[in-house]
Amino acid sequence: MDEISIVLCGEAGQGIQTVEKLSTKIVKNSGFNVFSTKEYMSRVRGGSNSTQIRISKKPVAAYIDRIDILIPLSKDALPHLEKRISKKTIIMGEKNYIKNTNKYNVLELPFTEIAKNIGNTVFSNTIAVGLLSSICKIDRKLINSEIEKYFSRKSKEIIKNNIAAAEKGYELGKELINKSKIKFDISKPNFKNNEIVLNGSEAIGLGAIAGGCNFISSYPMSPSTGVLTFLSQKSDDFDIVAEQAEDEISAINMVLGAWYSGARAMVSTSGGGFALMTEGVSLAGMIESPVVIHLAQRPAPATGLPTRTEQGDLEHALYSGHGDFPKIIFAPGTLHDGFFLTQKAFNLADKYQVPVFVLTDQYYVDTYYNTEPFKHDLIKNQNYFIKTAKNYKRYQLTKNGISSRGIPGWGDGVVCVDSDEHDEEGRITESMDIRTKMVDKRLKKLQEIKKEVISPELIGNKNYKTLVIGWGSTYHIIKEAISKISRKDISFLHFKQVYPLHKDTLKFLKKAEKTIIVENNPTSQFAKLIKLHTGYEIKNKILQYNGLPFSVETIETQIKKLIRGLK
Amino acid sequence: MEKEDYDLGKIDIAWCPGCGNFSILNCLKQVLVELNIQPQKLVIVSGIGQAAKIPQYLKTNYFNGLHGRSLPPATGIKASNPDLTVIAESGDGDMYGEGGNHFIHSIRRNPDITNIVHDNMVYGLTKGQASPTSEMGFRTPLQSNGVILEPFNPISVAISLDASFVARAFSGDIKETKEILKMAIKHEGYSLVDILQPCVSFNKINTFDWFKKNTYYLDKKHDPTNRIEAFKKSIEKEKLPLGVFYINKKKTTFEKNLRIYKLNKKPLFQRQHSVEKLSKLIDSEK
Repeated sequence: MDEISIVLCGEAGQGIQTVEKLSTKIVKNSGFNVFSTKEYMSRVRGGSNSTQIRISKKPVAAYIDRIDILIPLSKDALPHLEKRISKKTIIMGEKNYIKNTNKYNVLELPFTEIAKNIGNTVFSNTIAVGLLSSICKIDRKLINSEIEKYFSRKSKEIIKNNIAAAEKGYELGKELINKSKIKFDISKPNFKNNEIVLNGSEAIGLGAIAGGCNFISSYPMSPSTGVLTFLSQKSDDFDIVAEQAEDEISAINMVLGAWYSGARAMVSTSGGGFALMTEGVSLAGMIESPVVIHLAQRPAPATGLPTRTEQGDLEHALYSGHGDFPKIIFAPGTLHDGFFLTQKAFNLADKYQVPVFVLTDQYYVDTYYNTEPFKHDLIKNQNYFIKTAKNYKRYQLTKNGISSRGIPGWGDGVVCVDSDEHDEEGRITESMDIRTKMVDKRLKKLQEIKKEVISPELIGNKNYKTLVIGWGSTYHIIKEAISKISRKDISFLHFKQVYPLHKDTLKFLKKAEKTIIVENNPTSQFAKLIKLHTGYEIKNKILQYNGLPFSVETIETQIKKLIRGLK
Repeated sequence: MEKEDYDLGKIDIAWCPGCGNFSILNCLKQVLVELNIQPQKLVIVSGIGQAAKIPQYLKTNYFNGLHGRSLPPATGIKASNPDLTVIAESGDGDMYGEGGNHFIHSIRRNPDITNIVHDNMVYGLTKGQASPTSEMGFRTPLQSNGVILEPFNPISVAISLDASFVARAFSGDIKETKEILKMAIKHEGYSLVDILQPCVSFNKINTFDWFKKNTYYLDKKHDPTNRIEAFKKSIEKEKLPLGVFYINKKKTTFEKNLRIYKLNKKPLFQRQHSVEKLSKLIDSEK
């Protein structure tokens, strides 16, 4: 077999995240490809959270419904995952967590008892890690060294106990294999996996550093907090000011102040927090300040489903801030996109003096898989601010609308920025003539921005009949679904820049006999945007807004339904 | 340095004749010159309102941002370049009303900035509504039966939060106001200067004469390092004390608490991330 899908499910606070992080590293470093993602509730203890880990010969990077092995760590685990359990699913776990044993394919394993013998029930997690490793026939030495690495900041006792727990789990697995109770022969790739394994938050965080980010101010909000935490933890190594603001309003205003005095700054937030920032977005538009906004989407309106996923804030970002001014919106599909686009966001924000968005979502930021190490030199970082001369004018009218940006304390000039309409010097004005000129100046920048829009990526045959369109985090899910359908006449067009749209968008769409949009929101916001800017209406829609990411199976089934009858 | 260094020459100023803002502007200009602060090395951050227009009338760097939001950008500016002198200046509505949350947390954060608040106890630019510092019973077209909210006492709030410098001045007293402003700007850490001023158009109660009658300067015996005494003075209502209420020199500034400035004093714009370190960090994800 080429791959296996393992799901662990338990309560919040049981440490499933430890299993996820540890296993992905172990599995990847043993040579396999690995993918993991989690779905969790908005609570600190209890409830049902689950993590899927795919271990594979070929690269895997998408969420699937299928579960080959399920490890329940609480009583609610099986009811929680009922719809995804099939006859083929092997459930391994504690007797009292498995009801309806007749209905399911069950292997009772005394995780808790073993864990208690080691000293604490929490070791059940590491026992599970050992079990999974033995099923994948991973070298024990590797497991131990990864455990040591993972718990390196903890006491020797903790490391020792975790290694013991993993050993027990490993034995458990071996026994099952020897007694032929399970049989999983996953073929390994023939090369040493030297890739990195990380999640979306980390990819964005690394991209920010690559883009020269040295200032982040934000207010914690799921699922955007990971980026703030990541940069905060790297702040000493990389000279970054990382500040938790009193609210999102303060966060974005601090960041605008930071750009003004020469820093490269960003905020990381989610829907409700971003709603508070929108006045600041408008201020950035008016004072022509660069700003990078990482917006990790979650289901709304209001507090919505705090820990779930949705692509529902595209219009919110697009129309954020009162008044007319240009913006750029990126939506990474792959981890590489997250890195590269965030790095690019800092450079474009600086170049055009506009807000640049990196639009992700809970699924994107919480998903891990292995990928080639990022190359930070694909873009050359460039600072666009200048040393000012005595007669410097911050908003000098120019042909392309871009005026050179000075910063205070650098040069002989003074730098005046104003949220009121202003003249070339940046001083308040109510002259209608200047007003018109300044509006035109700000909007002209969009024409420049349009010259370097990232092209959508076409996956599949150039001569397609059906074109599936997606954006952002659904990249790998749609890609895998289409490869499973395996028809030469179906291709996939993925947008990693959703605004402004690439000039060839209409060409791509018109070429197809049938177009299908896939969006994780109820009103197909991206299809509406396409219609607005190209006139083309995508009539077939695959939409999901229950808070979960699409699964490969869902997309596959839905596309098949829509193309029924198509030769 | 000359006063002309900050002068813009003949300009149109949007304040009413007789407004207290004129004398505050004048005091500030003189103080900046006397302290020998180069206009290029100063940033005045303001919000929105009549007071918030003050940077428009000086030849220096300014960030005239959103209503109520002068303290966050001021913090960001100072943290990105500690070499700059940063003043956050606006009116009472802007700082204590719309920006109240930032007022509280900026005191906690303690950036080395000077927070000047023009306090005329009324809204000017929106034409005469109550402000957070309006007294109870103050009648306006909007509060037609008089204000029913307890006035906000910025001095007490600041002292209770252990702000590192807290003072109150009166725009009518040039000499004293200049002295207070000088001390505040020189003080390392967050400093609040609440400047009482008449609003000739919309506040017919708290006039120039009213302030003259209802204020007095703190005794020379007043010990500004005694927080309890400072607080006691701050809640006096009969007559409003003027002067420096409280100083806490023991507090470390926000910038000094940032580890990035411990060994390297360079502002952020003169630094670059190490590419080698980044490569290593990426590789550590293996």
